[in-house]
Amino acid sequence: MQLITCPYCGPREEAEFHYGGQAHVPHPADPGSLSDEEWAHHLFFRDNPRGPFAERWVHALGCRRWFNAVRDTVSYRFHHIYRLDQARPETP
Amino acid sequence: MTADLLARSGPLQSWTDRFAALPDTVQVVATPHVAMADLRVDPAGPAAADVAGFLGVDLPTAPSTYVETDSVRVIWLGPDEWLVTSPFRAPRALEAGLRDAVAGRGAVVDVSGQRTTLGLAGANARDVLSGGCAIDLHPAVFRRGAAAQTLLGLTGVVLVALDDTATSYEILVRSSFAPYLASWLLDAATEHTPT
Repeated sequence: MQLITCPYCGPREEAEFHYGGQAHVPHPADPGSLSDEEWAHHLFFRDNPRGPFAERWVHALGCRRWFNAVRDTVSYRFHHIYRLDQARPETP
Repeated sequence: MTADLLARSGPLQSWTDRFAALPDTVQVVATPHVAMADLRVDPAGPAAADVAGFLGVDLPTAPSTYVETDSVRVIWLGPDEWLVTSPFRAPRALEAGLRDAVAGRGAVVDVSGQRTTLGLAGANARDVLSGGCAIDLHPAVFRRGAAAQTLLGLTGVVLVALDDTATSYEILVRSSFAPYLASWLLDAATEHTPT
């Protein structure tokens, strides 16, 4: 099984983690001013790149903390794992 | 006629005989009624210092560790979350004492009913755990002072190492999962049972 390195607990089995979708999706500054289409794009439309992708993960069966990771969607390799208060590292 | 008081019972009370039949190399003991409180507080703030004063020990800040005194154990659950356990203090007294120390600068919740405690000891204790737990349990890395939240036999547990020789552990498991984990432990122990 693939190991994912929790920024707090260290390497743990993939089964302990849950996926949280694309990271760094900003909440609209003024949601009330959005049209239905713009709101739908904020809620449901996500990037689907082939290659490095910044994602949110949670160590659900360990420390239950959310963190971000840059994962390659082709190879499943985790390039970077960083806490929520850290900036996204440059992708290789 | 007076009503009989309900006797306190733990979720694994009916397993005592089956635990007693295990070999010396895999000893399992259910320890119910351990007071537990979930503590959330800023580790760098003044509330953490006041909590440390109440408990008599600093909150552990290294992940997957615990510290203990004669009466309480403080287990790291997250960067701002700890589990305070004590078999000697009453749950309400533990919660009230912590809440007084925190004084509104964090949160304290009595979770004594959430988990029950299993003791696992013996020469084959680590072998039994290794059959259902993916983390490295070698005493070089997982020894006294270490407490990991992980999966054991597909059940979420807090695994506490009590000695440096991988022969004594405590397993904190949710009460509703305890019978499942108990049957898993009995099954895992069969290969170490002399026939």
